[in-house]
Amino acid sequence: MTAALALRGLGHQYRGGGWALHDCNVEVPTGRVVALVGPNGAGKTTLLNIAAGLLRPTTGAVQVTGERPDRQLARIGYVAQDAPLWPRLRVAEVLELGRCMNPGFDAQLAQARVRALEIPTRARINALSGGQRAQVALTLVLAKRPQLLLLDEPLANLDPLARREFLTSMFATCAEDGVAVLFSSHVIAELERICDYLVVLLAGHVQVAGDIDDIRASHQVVTGPLDWPQHTQGVNLVSASSTAGRTVALVRPEPGQRFGPGLEESEPTFDELALGYLSGPQAPATQVSA
Amino acid sequence: MFRLDAGSGVPIYRQLMEQVRRDVMLGRLVAGDQLPPLREVVDALAINPNTVVKAYAELEHEGLVVRRQGMGTFVAAVSPAGVLVAPAAVRDSLLRWVRRAAAAGLSREQIRLLVSIALDDEASDEERAECGVA
Repeated sequence: MTAALALRGLGHQYRGGGWALHDCNVEVPTGRVVALVGPNGAGKTTLLNIAAGLLRPTTGAVQVTGERPDRQLARIGYVAQDAPLWPRLRVAEVLELGRCMNPGFDAQLAQARVRALEIPTRARINALSGGQRAQVALTLVLAKRPQLLLLDEPLANLDPLARREFLTSMFATCAEDGVAVLFSSHVIAELERICDYLVVLLAGHVQVAGDIDDIRASHQVVTGPLDWPQHTQGVNLVSASSTAGRTVALVRPEPGQRFGPGLEESEPTFDELALGYLSGPQAPATQVSA
Repeated sequence: MFRLDAGSGVPIYRQLMEQVRRDVMLGRLVAGDQLPPLREVVDALAINPNTVVKAYAELEHEGLVVRRQGMGTFVAAVSPAGVLVAPAAVRDSLLRWVRRAAAAGLSREQIRLLVSIALDDEASDEERAECGVA
């Protein structure tokens, strides 16, 4: 099956010579909701811009449903950070613009969505609340009936109720069409209920990529005396932290590997996985395949 | 019918599975009852539909529920062995133990902690037995 999004050996170099992204390998199956996690400046937005066909990678290849993104623009929906829309236009005008500029724009879906969300179509964009503006931007891209939805920090400025509305309406539409969603965020706590696939980006490198339950199953949290990682052979250490005389480490054991007496092993939570990879040393990237 | 405990660290699909199992165990769900439709769960909890699909699929794999094409997911007529085995004697003795713990001044949180420690101890005993370590 063709991946919704495939990055192979992908790199992007700034004009100054530094690398925003380096040797990124990710394959996102259709219908998955992907958390793209990383600190500010990790390269999340660059990666999204490349997936959206707005930037050419310096090295490697990117494919959206098997083709270069700039040949698939009608199948990609991209909401950039802060959902930029022309502030002086009315909602109805924004939707009309969407219809004129996108072949295959589902104007009926757009109208129905805006009506269901009780957003006044006569209102100007700059008169809407943050939640309403985000919903108009989402409506605009969903009406393209995309195969790949790229959302850059979509929940950043929304209050809890608006977040909830945004998510449920996104899920409802995506579930029907089997759309893959790439969802960037630096807020870990809310991602577990939203996503089923995790990509952690740190300083332009993909630290881990895969199905969240597969990643969970292939990692362990091991707790023991302060210096246990140094005194144990063959530990694939992702990260470790010490408090109160104990060291808690996220590790990726070999199949069947056990860590011996005096150490407690437990299954990592989503937060432990994501934070472990965000704070860990620059380990070689792990692609966890099902 | 579902509630999520965000702080528990238990994967969401497993929380959903446990709640269905518990409701069947307690007789709140009986054979032929329909589980909430996908759309309803997604709307109520604002969670990824794939998570609900996974929970229902695993429950079906266990034999606790059956999916009927285009109709929904229903509690199976015959529950698989292991699910309904909460013998009255076990429940009664657990209840007695909980009352004793409460009478001894333990809080609900402390009681929960004790039970989870006992479960962990029991699990690691079993593992040791499997590895042949005394």
